[in-house]
Amino acid sequence: MLGKLSWHAIPFDQPIPMAASLLVVVGMLAILSLITWKGWWPYLWREWLTSVDHKRIGVMYVLLALVLLLRGFMDAIMMRSQLAIAAGSAQGYLPPEHYDQIFSAHGTIMIFFMAMPFMVGLMNFVVPLQLGVRDVAFPVLNAISFWLTASGALLVNISLVVGEFARTGWLAYPPLSELQFSPGVGVDYYLWALQISGIGTLLAGINMVTTILKLRAPGMSYMRMPVFCWTALCSSMLIVASFPVLTATFGMLLLDRYVGMHFFTNDGGGNFMMYINLIWIWGHPEVYILALPAFGIFSEVIATFAGKPLFGYRSMVMATLAICVLSFMVWLHHFFTMGAGADVNAIFGIASMIIAIPTGVKLFNWLFTLYRGRIRFEVPLLWAIGFMVTFAIGGMTGVLQAVPPADFVLHNSLFLVAHFHNVIIGSVVFGAMAGYYYWFPKAFGFTLDRRLGIVSFWCWLIGFYLAFMPLYAVGLLGMTRRMQHYADLSWQPYLIVAEAGAIIILCGIIATIVQLVVSIRTRESRRDRTGDPWNGRTLEWSTASPPPAYNFAVLPQVDSLDAFWAMKQRGQVVPAARYESIEMPRNSANGFVTAFFAVVTGFAMIWHIGWLAVLGLVCAVLTLLAFGWVERREQEVSGEQLANDERVRFRLMDSA
Amino acid sequence: MSAQTLTASLAGPEAEASRSRSSDGPAPVRIVVAYGFWLFLLSDIIMFSALFASYAVLSGQTAGGPSGHELFELRHVGIETLCLLFSSYTCGLGILAMERGHLRRFYLAFGLTFVLGATFLGLEVSEFVGLVARGAGPSRSAFLSAFFSLVGLHGAHVTAGLLWLSFMVAQTAVRGPRDFVRRRLLCFSLFWHALDIIWVALLTLVYLMGAR
Repeated sequence: MLGKLSWHAIPFDQPIPMAASLLVVVGMLAILSLITWKGWWPYLWREWLTSVDHKRIGVMYVLLALVLLLRGFMDAIMMRSQLAIAAGSAQGYLPPEHYDQIFSAHGTIMIFFMAMPFMVGLMNFVVPLQLGVRDVAFPVLNAISFWLTASGALLVNISLVVGEFARTGWLAYPPLSELQFSPGVGVDYYLWALQISGIGTLLAGINMVTTILKLRAPGMSYMRMPVFCWTALCSSMLIVASFPVLTATFGMLLLDRYVGMHFFTNDGGGNFMMYINLIWIWGHPEVYILALPAFGIFSEVIATFAGKPLFGYRSMVMATLAICVLSFMVWLHHFFTMGAGADVNAIFGIASMIIAIPTGVKLFNWLFTLYRGRIRFEVPLLWAIGFMVTFAIGGMTGVLQAVPPADFVLHNSLFLVAHFHNVIIGSVVFGAMAGYYYWFPKAFGFTLDRRLGIVSFWCWLIGFYLAFMPLYAVGLLGMTRRMQHYADLSWQPYLIVAEAGAIIILCGIIATIVQLVVSIRTRESRRDRTGDPWNGRTLEWSTASPPPAYNFAVLPQVDSLDAFWAMKQRGQVVPAARYESIEMPRNSANGFVTAFFAVVTGFAMIWHIGWLAVLGLVCAVLTLLAFGWVERREQEVSGEQLANDERVRFRLMDSA
Repeated sequence: MSAQTLTASLAGPEAEASRSRSSDGPAPVRIVVAYGFWLFLLSDIIMFSALFASYAVLSGQTAGGPSGHELFELRHVGIETLCLLFSSYTCGLGILAMERGHLRRFYLAFGLTFVLGATFLGLEVSEFVGLVARGAGPSRSAFLSAFFSLVGLHGAHVTAGLLWLSFMVAQTAVRGPRDFVRRRLLCFSLFWHALDIIWVALLTLVYLMGAR
């Protein structure tokens, strides 16, 4: 009846997981009862849970990312604390089987449920506004994508309370992740959570590519698109081209585990190196799926706060496209030690080094944009400068490891761990934080507290260097990754410094939370009445903050790059002569309901509850069919309504 | 019906004009829907390509069990192929009938499509059942795992297609051939033709090359 599920699934006997799960359960209950008590459910349902507005969905993505940043960071600081003490005869406070779950959960959450939703969320929010249109190509599909991503995140967090998480690392390499060596439900949690959220990501990618290529304001030719739209396009194309491979790969591992197939097993003719090839054919493009939008954010931020058009726009676009293509040609550098031979390794090594060229082009473009600009050291620009320095270092250690003989020494060491944190934190996290601060006033109509933003930045920057530079050193000394305990006492000082760095990063995270609270409390004094708090260049700043549901009362006419800047130069920021009525999509519960059944199906599959899995799947399909049966009618926004809104907006602007 | 004519008929004359310049503002709904669906089909084909690659790697790994040469019956596969390709032909006829407003011919053609698709599926299931009965099930060897997964994934797509087809016929009957119904019918036909493309690759790489 309940498959493998029983009371033993709840970790009553293990104090740390039990305390953590109690904390999660109590926290969830507290939030839910607060919402019920305050009577917020109708509002939440109407305005958020069933919303198909790309801006609302974008905000929900970012919120999800911030919450899971906390979860992933808790895992991180637990690992750092363990390694700061578990030297020599001391064993630390985390037993190996728990430590293994923590590093697996940390990687999985940070990549799939922090970095991905953050970037997809910012793209969702910003791209239609920058393109000067009213929504994405498929608004309901957009909601489905988001809720499927949230479903995956929910499943990962359920594993904290019911059962266990994978102990197999963030990519679940077989044969360790096969049933023979991982008989528990941990790997199943991992696989189903990522399958469900992966479908969401794929649909989001398709939606974004269609939006950018088919829905743009009149006059916005490709070479007039903001760079962030270009990077969003390339990132989404990579999603469309690589996520199906991930789905297929996880599908094969699931077949191995559930029906006894032999794709990646040791016996029956299986080949586990095939999994490692397939997963990295997805995995390397994934790095650029995350990094490219971050490059786009920095391009916007640097141009805005230097008060200059971006230097070398065309070369920036070409570099982005080059990275997009090259990212599919380097996957083997993740396992030079496979033994593919000198020729294969040389080709992939050289291909990996070539990526440094377009990336270098970008870096110089940003520097030349800043050169002789009228620089304003606002918080996003601090993140951008911090990124340029940090990413250059991370890039260089990357090129170093692209040399196969060097990689044989560095493979699986903490040097590698330091390298990928260096590039991912340096680009993706810094970019996300810059974008968060930069577009926050657009989303909510008031700016974030500047001083706390600066505190957060410096804590992150200093904390990052303290936490990861020692790992380069200790990696060169021979420490491998994923160790719960080590015998060599000479490594301990490095790991204590790394722990200090993690604590400083924690201060940065706390500063971000405090910043949010303080800014909300003082929002009246920090209202953005103009819609253009940074003297921006692109179209998202040409509408109100927060923008109305329809974004633009009249679609802007674009005749150059940096369209809004050009309008301001020509003094064209005036009300339109005439407002015609427009049509906007209505809310839909489709995404929320479908995702609910996806969670049910996933949970049932994890615990081998056959009837519930079938029921959940049937209900999910029926939901889609039922919503597909009725014709979706748009709702009309009348011309008078638009004219009225615009009058209010321009009056506010004049009062500012 | 070729891909280009499909997109063109999906787009309609007013869209044809606007397609000439990409900077004339947002494209009409029909273009957007078709474009998005094409992207989905491409991603689907990429998913198949991962399984094709795995099959290529594992096709020799029989672990002492039967190989494709011993298992595949080309006559059986030939009939399957004919069913599927003809179902695409009738699907195309159905779409043409819809374009010209011959509703009855549309129902006939889509009915035939369903029957042919279901026959294909039935033949595939009978092949699978026969293999399992001979002790050549998916857990026998890596080769058979890859074979069942690749062919089975295509079969799962055909199943989903039949479900979608039934839904669309019902929707056409109840709602009439409205714009949104026609857009979906065209997406369905794109999907159905894409399954043919995959089947042709499958027939060649798995059956014809494996039976030698």
